[in-house]
Amino acid sequence: MSGPASDIAMGVRDGSRSAVTVLEDYLARIDAREPRIHAFNVVLADEARHRAADIDALVANGADPGPLAGVPVALKDNMCTRGVPTTCSSKILEGWRPPYDATVVRRLSEAGAVVVGKTNLDEFAMGSSTENSAFGPTRNPHDPTRVPGGSSGGSAAAVAAGFVAVSLGSDTGGSIRQPAALCGVVGVKPSYGAVSRYGLVAFASSLDQIGPFANTVADAALVLQVIAGHDPADSTSIPQPAADLSDVLTEGVEGVRVGRIVDLPSGADPDVDERLEAALETLQTAGAKIVDVEVPAFTYGLTAYYLIAPAEASSNLARYDGVRYGLRVDATETNAMYAATRAEGFGDEVKRRIMLGTYALSAGYYDAYYGKALKVRRLIADDFERAYQHADVLLTPTSPTVAFPIGERTDNPFAMYLCDTYTIPTNLAGHPAVSVPFGTGAGRLPVGVQVLAPMLAEPMMFRVAAELERAVTS
Amino acid sequence: MSEPVAADPLSADVIAKVAKLARLELTAQEADRFARQLGDMLSHFADIDALVLDDVRPMSQPYALRNVLRDDTVDPGLDRDEVLAAAPATEDHRFRVPPIRGVAP
Repeated sequence: MSGPASDIAMGVRDGSRSAVTVLEDYLARIDAREPRIHAFNVVLADEARHRAADIDALVANGADPGPLAGVPVALKDNMCTRGVPTTCSSKILEGWRPPYDATVVRRLSEAGAVVVGKTNLDEFAMGSSTENSAFGPTRNPHDPTRVPGGSSGGSAAAVAAGFVAVSLGSDTGGSIRQPAALCGVVGVKPSYGAVSRYGLVAFASSLDQIGPFANTVADAALVLQVIAGHDPADSTSIPQPAADLSDVLTEGVEGVRVGRIVDLPSGADPDVDERLEAALETLQTAGAKIVDVEVPAFTYGLTAYYLIAPAEASSNLARYDGVRYGLRVDATETNAMYAATRAEGFGDEVKRRIMLGTYALSAGYYDAYYGKALKVRRLIADDFERAYQHADVLLTPTSPTVAFPIGERTDNPFAMYLCDTYTIPTNLAGHPAVSVPFGTGAGRLPVGVQVLAPMLAEPMMFRVAAELERAVTS
Repeated sequence: MSEPVAADPLSADVIAKVAKLARLELTAQEADRFARQLGDMLSHFADIDALVLDDVRPMSQPYALRNVLRDDTVDPGLDRDEVLAAAPATEDHRFRVPPIRGVAP
């Protein structure tokens, strides 16, 4: 490996390392393993080489390329990149080249990062295994017969395989944290509104948030600080600067109140539960106070989410109609053209969620499903608020299981949805959460522990994450 | 992993109506499968039926909605030709679509 992103950036900035040389290390690993892993929808090797050479030239001329100077990054392929195909792993957008960059893409560039490629995902970010891609599944670098998790499976696998130093994913119900856990890397879902969604292809707008994958907690903090902060182009962007995370990582957890959710929905495998207990013990040993809290509505998260997210998706995905971009299947009148285009362009899971969401919003069913789900969402947020009167952070497993075999859940959509049991309530409340690798479970596969925190409490969340990381790396 | 639930499928009429609302053309096999799978999901979702929610305010996003205004100044927009270049069909700098009501036989 080529070391943490922070080391790369420091070396490139002070001229002791060359961005071109760093990049070639990563490209060599891509050449060797990408055909098996399939983390990428597109590798932009030539563009990256030019960019890395430009970074080295800037340094040679005495300029500072920024805090991510020369750091190879990957972008989930649902983030718009001007002139570079952005597919959402869907046939309906195959070949589409956006006319603008997402805000996060622009911020990474301005910080000196080198974009190496766009990563595979479950179509339109709908899934938990990256098997719902129109371009074939991504494989887990720890065991290529298994899934990397999803929907940001390509971005998680790219970091785990050493194809890039860091990457970006999007998290609507766990799509950063769950693949991070299954691939043994750090994955952060920031507070809603902390990172601009401008240029992120919308799935469920009240839940979607962009965040980083990294090999270390410090690298995740470094990337988050670059991409976070107010953006006038996103009306839900919080009008304040990004939180400063540089000093909190070494603060330790003395006196921090860590909540154990006593009424957490059961269903985690014993090897995963064992790691959670070990994490709680670790934090207690480090000086944290473990407190029992109740979050009774946590268990209803799955239902609320799988009504709200498909409802929002059914509305957001109405734009794929064969008129302005992407695929068109011709017909003699517009309604037939829309229906034929969408039938041809969308995959099975996307159609299923559009149907579910349309049903939940339709006259006669709205109150019973969508309306009720919005009320349950409030219960969950209120229950979290009560729990956070007694605890600074909460600890749960990230995923109920380690990485499962490819194909195991594709015939049972609801079994796939259960992957998100522990990650979903965070999105409904809008809170931040991070998955930190914490040892291994069955088959020596990675297990992640999830640190949940109240709105905008990223500094406290990163403090606890850094402590967990010290315990497994020391 | 959940046990398969013996749930009632949605009726063919409901599936056809929802597909029409969603502008989705479904094959007979897809319609059958979605009827079963959606029926199964809705039976799982019945777990919230027991909750008393009368006095709970719906929550549609993490923050209360507020107006976001900016100064009334002209910013550059997207390039028209670049945007139109991505469209499946254009004519005279506009998006071209089939007739709204179809073509007379």
